[in-house]
Amino acid sequence: METFGYAVMLSFTILASFWLELALKVRVLIRIRRALSAILPVALVFLIWVFYAVNRGHWRYDISQTLGITGPSGVPLEEFLFFIIVPIAAIMTIEAVRRVKGHWIVGDEERES
Amino acid sequence: MSYTALTILAIILTVLIDVKVLKTRLVTRKVFWTSYAIILFFQLITNWWLTSNEIVSYSEDFIIGARIAAAPIEDLGFGFALVTNVMALWVYWGRRGLVR
Repeated sequence: METFGYAVMLSFTILASFWLELALKVRVLIRIRRALSAILPVALVFLIWVFYAVNRGHWRYDISQTLGITGPSGVPLEEFLFFIIVPIAAIMTIEAVRRVKGHWIVGDEERES
Repeated sequence: MSYTALTILAIILTVLIDVKVLKTRLVTRKVFWTSYAIILFFQLITNWWLTSNEIVSYSEDFIIGARIAAAPIEDLGFGFALVTNVMALWVYWGRRGLVR
């Protein structure tokens, strides 16, 4: 069970947000090009931050609580997935609030279909 | 740079990018702060899980030492910068007509 420590957190984030795709029709996963265009540049910058932090000793990962697949500097696979899954959850959240609060300005209205 | 300094820098850059670079001005909008409040609630839960179980451990040498839900207070700035930049870029691309 310990192996899944970090994976549990990622699964929880998916469970807590992805239902919005169906329930509130936030249409984030279906607009995958727009989502990835927003996520990948930010994920890249934050991964540079992670590598800096790990190499400087700001924080460390307990690999025994991960699936055991690691990238450069021993950063676990889950950390890379974190920077995809958490941003998707964030976009789903703002889209869900838009659905519920239809009159609140988001800033992209004239282009919305 | 310490985690504290990097976090403060990240918050400043995030607001500058939102207001001056992308001109999405999310930090002026109710839709953003409502979304951020929801995200923050879940961040506290997941931060607590990762930190109290020591899945991620922080060196005391690079943080001020204040903790919220087991995690360094700096993590809140890290999270704010991450999700705000993503949401601002999402709106930016939508405004530019990348709607799929």
